[in-house]
Formats: sequence, C-alpha cells, structure tokens
Amino acid sequence: MTVDYLARRIGMFVAVIFVATSFNFFLPRFTGQDPIATRLELLAAEGVTTRAEDYAALIETYNAKFGLDRPLVLQYLTYLSTAVRFDFGESITKYPTRVSELINQAMPWSIGLLVTSTLLAFVVGTLGGAVLAWQHGPKAAFELILPPFFLLAAVPYYLLGLILIWLLAFQAKLLPLGGGYAPTTLPDWSDFGFLWEVFKHSLLPALSIVLASIGFWALGMRSMMITMQGEDYMLQAEAKGLTKARAFFRYAVRNAVLPQTTALALTLPHVVSGAILVERIFGYPGIGRVLYEAITGFDYFVIQGVVFIIVLAIAFAMLVIDVIYPLLDPRISYSSA
Amino acid sequence: MATTAPTEPLATSSSPTSDTLNQAAGLWRYMKRNPSIIAGFVLLGIIILFWAFGTLMTAPEDAKDLAFAPPNKRPSLQNPHPCYASENPRELCFAYDNEERQHLLGTDRLGKDILASFSQGIPQTIMIGLIAGSLGTVVGTILAFVAGYYGGILDAAIRFIVDTLQTIPGLLILIIITIAWREVGGGEMTFIQLALIIAMLAWLGPTRVVRSQVLVMKQRSYVEMARLSGMNGPEVILKEMMPNLMPFIVANFVLAVSSAILASIGLEALGLGDFSSNTLGMMIYHNIWYGSLVNGWWWWWSPPIVVIVILFIGLFMLSRGMDEWANPRLRRRF
Repeated sequence: MTVDYLARRIGMFVAVIFVATSFNFFLPRFTGQDPIATRLELLAAEGVTTRAEDYAALIETYNAKFGLDRPLVLQYLTYLSTAVRFDFGESITKYPTRVSELINQAMPWSIGLLVTSTLLAFVVGTLGGAVLAWQHGPKAAFELILPPFFLLAAVPYYLLGLILIWLLAFQAKLLPLGGGYAPTTLPDWSDFGFLWEVFKHSLLPALSIVLASIGFWALGMRSMMITMQGEDYMLQAEAKGLTKARAFFRYAVRNAVLPQTTALALTLPHVVSGAILVERIFGYPGIGRVLYEAITGFDYFVIQGVVFIIVLAIAFAMLVIDVIYPLLDPRISYSSA
Repeated sequence: MATTAPTEPLATSSSPTSDTLNQAAGLWRYMKRNPSIIAGFVLLGIIILFWAFGTLMTAPEDAKDLAFAPPNKRPSLQNPHPCYASENPRELCFAYDNEERQHLLGTDRLGKDILASFSQGIPQTIMIGLIAGSLGTVVGTILAFVAGYYGGILDAAIRFIVDTLQTIPGLLILIIITIAWREVGGGEMTFIQLALIIAMLAWLGPTRVVRSQVLVMKQRSYVEMARLSGMNGPEVILKEMMPNLMPFIVANFVLAVSSAILASIGLEALGLGDFSSNTLGMMIYHNIWYGSLVNGWWWWWSPPIVVIVILFIGLFMLSRGMDEWANPRLRRRF
C-alpha cells in the first residue's frame, strides 16, 4: 500500500519537526538567561551606557517589543504559527536584521560546502570500498591507499581541519587560512575572480570533511560487498558466464549501494554536527557560524530559526531517501518498510 | 553437604584456578587472531604511559595558570604569558621561570606546563567518556529490553523518541542543554556535569542497536523454550538473553565511550566546557581562541591533537575488534 506508507512516513516527518521545534523553543527559555540583558551588556561593553533608572525601563520596552513579556504558552503558539511560514522575527543581538535574512545569507555557503563534500566522500568511499572487496579488481593499489582513510574516519573533522590549516595554509601558504572570501574583497557573484576566491576558501574545509569521511563509506561498502559475494545470485551470474566486471558492477555493487544510501540518511545529522565545528574552525560564513554566534549571545530567535531549518532540512532529506528507497530496491515493498 | 558433593566433579573437570588459566590462555589465543583488539589496547596503552610519564615528571600545580607567578603577573588576554610576547617564544617558553624543573613540552600562553596539563586532562577526558558511556549503555540496554521484549505501546513510544531525537544533530541539543545548565549553575560547570549532560543523549545509540538484537534473539528457540517452561519476563531477560548479548553490549560500550568523548571535545572546542579543567577539548579550545596555529606555536597545539587522534583511533580499533569478538560471523578472515 503505497499511499499508506507515504502517509505514515509523512506523519512521522511532521511529528519529528513538531517535537524538535518544541524542544528547541522551551530549552533556551529554561536557562533563566535574559537575552535583553545580554544585549545591553554587549552595548555597555561597546561604550553605550545609560543611567540605572533607565535601565529597567529599557529592558521592559525591549521585552514588550520582542514579546518576551507575554505568557510562555502564547509565545509558543506565536512561534509555531510563524515558524511554519519561515518567519522567525528579528535577531536580538543584530537588531533589526531579520533572522530569515541571516539564515538566507548563510545557508548557500553551508549547503554548497556540505553537499559537495559529502557526495564526493560518499562516491569515492563507496567505489573504493567496493573495489577493495572485489577479488578480481586492482586490489593491491587500493589496499595501500584506503586503510589510512579507515583511521582518518575515527578522527573528528575539525581536528583534521586544524592539521590541514597548518600544513596547507600556514606552512605551504597554498590556501587561505579561513573565511569564505578575503576580507578585503567585496562579494560579487558575477565576477569570475571572486568565484575563484570562494572556491579556494572552501577547499580546506571541504577537504577536511572529505578526508575524514571517505573511510567511513569505504568500510561500510566493503563489509556489504563481502556479504553480497556469498549470495546465490552471484554464483548464478558466474554460472551464466557473465564477465567478472559485469557481475561485479551490475550484480554486487548495485545491491550493496542500497544499504549505503540508508546509511547516508542516518548519518546526515552527524555530518551536520561535524560541519558546525568545521565552520567554527575555518570562520566559514555558513549556518554553523550563525548558530555559534547566536548561542554565545543568547539570541533565542536566531537559535530557533537555525535549529528549525537544520532539523527541517535533515528530516526532509531522510524522508526523500526513505520514499525513493523502495523504488531503488524492488525487494522492499512499501508496506513492509 | 553430602548430597551435592558428588555432582561437583561432574560440573568441572579441573580445579577452578586452572580453569581460569585455561580461559585466559584461550582469550590470549583468540586475541592473537584479532589484531584490531591488540592495536586498540596498544594505542590506549601508549596514552596511559604518556599520562604516567607526565605525572612522574611534573607536579599538579604546574598545570595551573602560571601558579608560580604573583597574581598581578598572571597571564590573561590583555597580558599574555611573557614568553609569548617575546621575540623568540619557543626558547623562553621552555625554560621560563622554572629553574628546578625544565618544561619538557614547553608552556602554553596561560603559563601552564603542557605536560602537566596532560597528566590532569587525560584522566578527565577519559572520565567524561566512561561516565557518559556507561550511563548511556546501561539506560539504553534497559530501554532496549523493555521495548524489544515487551513490545506494545512502550516499544512504540521509545522508538518514536529515539527516531525523533536521532534526526536532530546531537550537538545542537547538547549545546542548548549545556548553556542552560551553565546558566543555572551561575556560569560554572564541572567536567563531571558535562559528562552528565552528554549522558542525556548517550542512550539513544545503544537503545536502537540493542533493541534490534533483542528482537532477533526473542525469536530464538532457547528463549521460546525458557518462556514456555514458565520463566517470567525479567528471568528470561536476565538469565537467558543478557548473558548472550553481553559481548555485543560490551562492544557497544566502547563505541558509546568514544562518541561521548567526541561530543565532549566538540562542546569544549566551542567554548562550552569546564574552564577550570585541563581536558583535551579545553586544550583545543584555548588553541583556537589564541590562534596558536597562525602564530606558529606548534609545541602548544600539536600535542593535544596527537593525543586525541591516538585516543580515537585506539577506541575505534578496539570497538572494531570487539565487534568481531561479539559477532562470531565476522570472525572469519577475509
């Protein structure tokens, strides 16, 4: 029953988003931390001070402005109704910038970095792992190249990033130390020179994600392929007289790639967690940096917006993979999945 | 006890001591066939040796912020450790202010002896991993048995919570909880509290993995047999299933410890750690904060990275080896 499965899966999707956003709304509020006071402290540190009697009035005005003085339940309902319209209000620390504007600026950077590096690692790792398990392939070369990647897979992305910064940016001076583009240039997306600069700045963060995750995919694919080679249909393929390469790619790899796709959906949250730290290390202007700055400044609305978008993106990616999975693998029917 | 005495020789053919010896010998023979476990133990052993070396060579007070300097000379952001302000920081940082004891690995910008920091930080980081990992494994295993064995509404509820929370990047949740915790504690948080925070999510993985094993094992004939012979739920779980799942749970415990340490270092690197501790993550944080990479202070940033990399690779090898030990189907060599 395809419709049934779809309905159940979409129901789950909505539930995940609802629970995650509720959690996200209530937790920062239980801290007892006052975002307005934090903002005023920040201003005071910059030299903007006011008389003590004005201070209380100022806090009251701001609380009213951001609706922070209303009952929690009302704030929550407002939050839910605006969140579904992707409206997260204005940032407290960067007032009057809208949260959606901050996210819109940062999102392309993160998506570009994450999608390219994750897909690259997935493809290279999966192919490498497959060849490693194939008795007739060019095994020797891969047996030398891949094992170091298995070990790298145990190292957090950002530590690898630190080592890469030192090697390639600090010592060899081949690549920039961090940031999305040089601070002296003005962003101009139609200028080829600027695009080249953006590319150069993204190489190191991307490389640290790719190098640290190739091994993960290679390991998964290798063990999957080993299981596949014991299957009856592999014996049959051989008995039919198919070439070894055809049996390998059409019979074994095709089947082994499927569980890898599921793993891709399941590990997405981990990849994003790692990428937040990578962006922090490299000062990359992505969503991770926005989140980090919001956390240190107790900017509720930005935290809510960013977490909502990340959860939405991950839940959506998982939904897509779950829905197309039975199409890729005829053995799995929608009803049993 | 005349009635029970004759049965004893039948139960064990040799004395208890030689039995343990045989078991140990068997374990050793097995370990030789499982190089991953050996590599894991060796790498973790290197870290323990490094810690022991540091503890022998330094005194605990060396790990304090320039503890031997008068308070007004303590380094800070505005007033860094004098050796770092000099022309040639490396020379000075290794000899500074300590005639009796050489700083073998130098000092950091805060004036802490780096080797002494390790002798404090390594046990602290491992403690975080063990606390969060064992809490997560115990809670996760209990929930997994409740969900997998009894099924029904409890199973559905537990599965829903696990599925939901695993969709959200764990780091996001931990960041928010850590900030909340720190604020409630008035800006202070010990590394033990950090471990407890991480434990709040550490049960998710074990619950999911152990539950699926419980589901498979529930169908086995010996479990059916036990149920038919009138054992109740807890009895079946404790007497029949737990002993058989133990290797699997232990292998997962190593993974749980590893991911707890990973989470702690991530949080600490973001500046959400215990500032009075010297954990490996706090060392990374201070390095990022002071930009030791771009300043070329390699003697400060490289040791913690090396130790963390060895620690993670060691735990990874150990968990791979234990996986093989727990799952005999993997034991064949390919």
